[in-house]
Amino acid sequence: MTTTTAAAADTILVVEDEPQMRRFLRATLEAHGARVLEAETFAQASMLVPTQHPDVILLDLGLPDGDGIDFTRRLRAWSRVPVIVISARGREDDKVSALDAGADDYLTKPFGVNELLARMRVALRHARAVGDADDASEVSFGQLRIDLARREVTRAGTVIHLTPIEYRLLTLLARHAGKVLTHQFILREVWGPAYASQTHYVRVHMAELRKKIETEPSRPSHLLTEPGVGYRLRGPD
Amino acid sequence: MTDRDGEDRPDPDALLRRMQAEEARAKRGKLKIFFGFAPGVGKTYRMLQVARDLVCEQHLDVVIGLVESHRRPDTASMVLGLELLPRRRVEYRGHVLEEFDLDLALARRPALLLLDELAHTNAPGGRHAKRWQDVEELLAAGIDVFTTVNVQHIESLNDVVAQISGVQVRETVPDAVLDRADAIELVDIAPEELLQRLREGKVYLPDQASRAVEHFFKRGNLLALRELALRRTAQHVDEDVLAYREAHGVRATWPTGERILVCVGPAPSSGRLIRAAARLAAGLRCPWTATYVEPTVGAPLTDADRDRLEVHLRLAESLGASVGRLSGDHVAKTLVDHARRSNVTRIVLGKPRHSRWRDRLRGSLVDDVVRESGEIEVQVIGGGDDGRPTPAGPAAPASRSGAPVWQHFAAAGLVGATLLLALGLRSALGLPDLEMLFLLAVMAIAARFSRAPALTAATLSVAAYDFFFVPPLYTFSVGDRRYWLTFLMMFGVGLAMSELVGRLRRQERESSAREARTAALYGLTRALGAVERPEEIAAVAARHAADAFRAAVVLLTNGDDGEPAPTAAYPEGTSLAPGDLGVARWALANDAPSGLGTDRLPGAPVVCMPLRAGAARPGVLALRPLDGAPLRADQRAFLDVYCRQVAVAQERARLVEAAHSAALRARTEEMRASLLSTVSHDLRTPLASITGAATALRDSPGLDAETRAGLVDAIVDQAERLERLVANLLDMTRLEAGALTLSPDWVPVEELFGSALTRLEGALAGRPVRIDVPGDVPLLRVDPVVFEHVFVNLLENAVKYTPPGTPIELRARFEGGASPAVHMEVADHGPGLVVGEEARIFEKFVRGGARQGTGAGLGLAICRGIVEAHGGSITAANRAAHPPGSGAVFRVVLPVRGAPPPMPPALEASS
Repeated sequence: MTTTTAAAADTILVVEDEPQMRRFLRATLEAHGARVLEAETFAQASMLVPTQHPDVILLDLGLPDGDGIDFTRRLRAWSRVPVIVISARGREDDKVSALDAGADDYLTKPFGVNELLARMRVALRHARAVGDADDASEVSFGQLRIDLARREVTRAGTVIHLTPIEYRLLTLLARHAGKVLTHQFILREVWGPAYASQTHYVRVHMAELRKKIETEPSRPSHLLTEPGVGYRLRGPD
Repeated sequence: MTDRDGEDRPDPDALLRRMQAEEARAKRGKLKIFFGFAPGVGKTYRMLQVARDLVCEQHLDVVIGLVESHRRPDTASMVLGLELLPRRRVEYRGHVLEEFDLDLALARRPALLLLDELAHTNAPGGRHAKRWQDVEELLAAGIDVFTTVNVQHIESLNDVVAQISGVQVRETVPDAVLDRADAIELVDIAPEELLQRLREGKVYLPDQASRAVEHFFKRGNLLALRELALRRTAQHVDEDVLAYREAHGVRATWPTGERILVCVGPAPSSGRLIRAAARLAAGLRCPWTATYVEPTVGAPLTDADRDRLEVHLRLAESLGASVGRLSGDHVAKTLVDHARRSNVTRIVLGKPRHSRWRDRLRGSLVDDVVRESGEIEVQVIGGGDDGRPTPAGPAAPASRSGAPVWQHFAAAGLVGATLLLALGLRSALGLPDLEMLFLLAVMAIAARFSRAPALTAATLSVAAYDFFFVPPLYTFSVGDRRYWLTFLMMFGVGLAMSELVGRLRRQERESSAREARTAALYGLTRALGAVERPEEIAAVAARHAADAFRAAVVLLTNGDDGEPAPTAAYPEGTSLAPGDLGVARWALANDAPSGLGTDRLPGAPVVCMPLRAGAARPGVLALRPLDGAPLRADQRAFLDVYCRQVAVAQERARLVEAAHSAALRARTEEMRASLLSTVSHDLRTPLASITGAATALRDSPGLDAETRAGLVDAIVDQAERLERLVANLLDMTRLEAGALTLSPDWVPVEELFGSALTRLEGALAGRPVRIDVPGDVPLLRVDPVVFEHVFVNLLENAVKYTPPGTPIELRARFEGGASPAVHMEVADHGPGLVVGEEARIFEKFVRGGARQGTGAGLGLAICRGIVEAHGGSITAANRAAHPPGSGAVFRVVLPVRGAPPPMPPALEASS
């Protein structure tokens, strides 16, 4: 896995109707060496994606000419370009819908530059990892090490005993490290599609998992809660 | 009224009355009555003549609603050229009747409608029982009406006419209709001329009553009727003059202040007494009251009596009397006391018709009243009664409808058994003892059954005793005359006993019915006291009414548009047919009961009673009796009381609501004011900092790097503060507007604490946070996104109000017991709360007094809003175990409702 320090030389499509916001994003991203494309509407964005092949799309959900969730769904039919959704606080349902429709991550307005760059790095890394055979037999997050070949989890060298569910949960999050995973997604992946509405399964098992791998389970440093959306394993960076 | 200044100023009350009357009249149509003293005087002809003139001269829009020409050519010719309203055909008992079509007339809305025979009784199934009620509705709709009526149809003159002519007229028009008429035109011809026309066959007469008619059309009769009609017309003129005088301050020329009280009862003759009193009152131009005194001792009224009494009281009401009901041990004393209290100057009583004996036994009402009356004049009028039940009245309904035959057989059986016993004991006992045995049997039968079986028993006993024991034996002849006394005693005892028992039973029935009504009313009042919202009151009222009246009930409430709409029904799903809704609308519009068993729309299957509370008319109660029978008089009276109770409760609910919303408005106003000041201050301060810092960066190129960095930090800081404030304002608005929709889920407490701590990672830097969540704390049913705000706000608060570096504690514990709940606490080690402000800090825009903060004072209000939306409570206190100043504790208590859903089966298969 390569660690990108910046969005250097990447093409980034900003889909946003607010000129001030576009100005801020262009200035920031160009300062970090990225090429920035701007679209004010979904229609414009739909034209730009096939011709310009952006590496990341920053997508504001609240555009006047349509529904960002629909746009994402249509995009996903033919493209795997990472999509980071930008949305206001209090619109958790929109975020979940966008994520379920295929968006990769989200940012809540207002956000800082560091947060934006971190999310973009994660998205780019995952996009590039797809296709490469993920043959890493071991991943580590701080003191936490997961030996995938031996199915063993250790913290600071001590072996932690996990139930099969907890192990599956942890490896799922580890595979998508840094990315937010919705409750639905986790349920589908760990328990199967029949359990998609039982969000409390995830919560309870997540609490157990935290008790085992976090030094301070109530102030987790790895397994973060994204309120109303899902969970995220804080990445190695 | 004080006329000290001697000026003839109009009485302001009278003026007001006149204004109201004029106002009502402006909207109302005008009524002109063509008044005659007998059929055939030419009323209809005259009416048509006047109408034709109006058409010709003023081109008035005149329509004939209904005019009977009775095939008289001169009348029929007058109809030509005028628009005729089609008649409504009604099938009734095999006949097709042609009736006036009220709905058509209302739809046609002519300026003037002609409608013959004001006293006509409509065919069943029409909206109103009487034509004069149709006329009332037409006038109310603003349509002018011409109509005709004869003197014998006037309610108060009805029996006088009957006395004069010997013909009892059943169709009557209340005097009030006549009094309210805008104009009365007397159509008068000389009786000789009328008789001449009669001989020429110009007067239409119904065939069947020819003999009565012959008697009617006698010169003497006609003269008397003519005089009556003239007098009645003059009286109307008088009233006009009176109204004029009142309006223009002309002093009344008679000493008023007379007030008449007429004592009425159930006896049929009371009707006449009431009419006489009405005439007397009209003559004296004074108010009058019809009063019934129910004796608390003695036999209660039978149902038939009660019905008649109601008819009489209604009659009095329709003649303009106010109606009173009293009860007392002593009828005369009660009556006179009441009369004295209400300044009655004259008491009218009926002449007793019973024998002097009864007075000897029971005392005479007339005598008693006269003795008690003092300065009050007492007038005794022939043909009345003494306010007591009719002498023949009190008979048990059982005996009226005939006792079951088996009771007679039982009586015979018992007498037979007594006979056998007596025959057996004949040698042992004397004749008088055997007589006692038979008496005992008669008494037993009388006590058990009604009068008829008692008479059977008495007859059989007499016969058996006479035949078997009275010498000469085995014959019915009686040797000794003193045995006649024995026989008489047997009959007497039987009769007296059954009479007493019957009375007792009736009383018992009456009192149990009264008790049932009281219980129903009590139940209603209690149930109404327990509910507050109008819908709940309606539901309770409907349910209790269904029980109390054995009926399907619909309660309709007045909408804002004035249309009654069903709000509650019992049994549930009961609905009103469109016609029944019309009955309800009528009851509401006319403020009177209507439908089944009432004067208005008696053909409807429902009875509707308006809900009355003071001036308010919150709705109508509609009952459809399960047995389809009209309500009895006592039930109707009870329904009235019942509806008042419901109306008062509804009115109370409305007032409570109004007061509540007024208080809410006041609070909202207050809030808005403080919101404005807060928002203007708290929004402007960070904006000022941001603008200042940003302009400094833009306009002062000479700043060193450190200063620039400081300015940038300030911008970021203030922007974040602004963001928090806006977020809080939005949250508060959403909570207040009720726009907060919760999507609850089962969430572990640790996760709520955890996500809040993660959110505040930056702000909490350098603070030890101790967390204590025991393993027995169950999952909470909350909306995780919304509930997180509670802890975010509490933690932010702790950070803001306590010195940096002091620890914060987050605790949760489960409390079992009757109402299991999870207690969650955020405790700090700061200066604590100002004593006495613990509750106030949860209000909006309130900041802790001792605490110097920058927030808008919304955080805790939001916390409370969210917690309460989840059914919990939030409190704040200083740590009890320590002296003040050792920190505050905010406690959220959330009841545990229901068990969390089960966890999935453990998946042992590993991936």
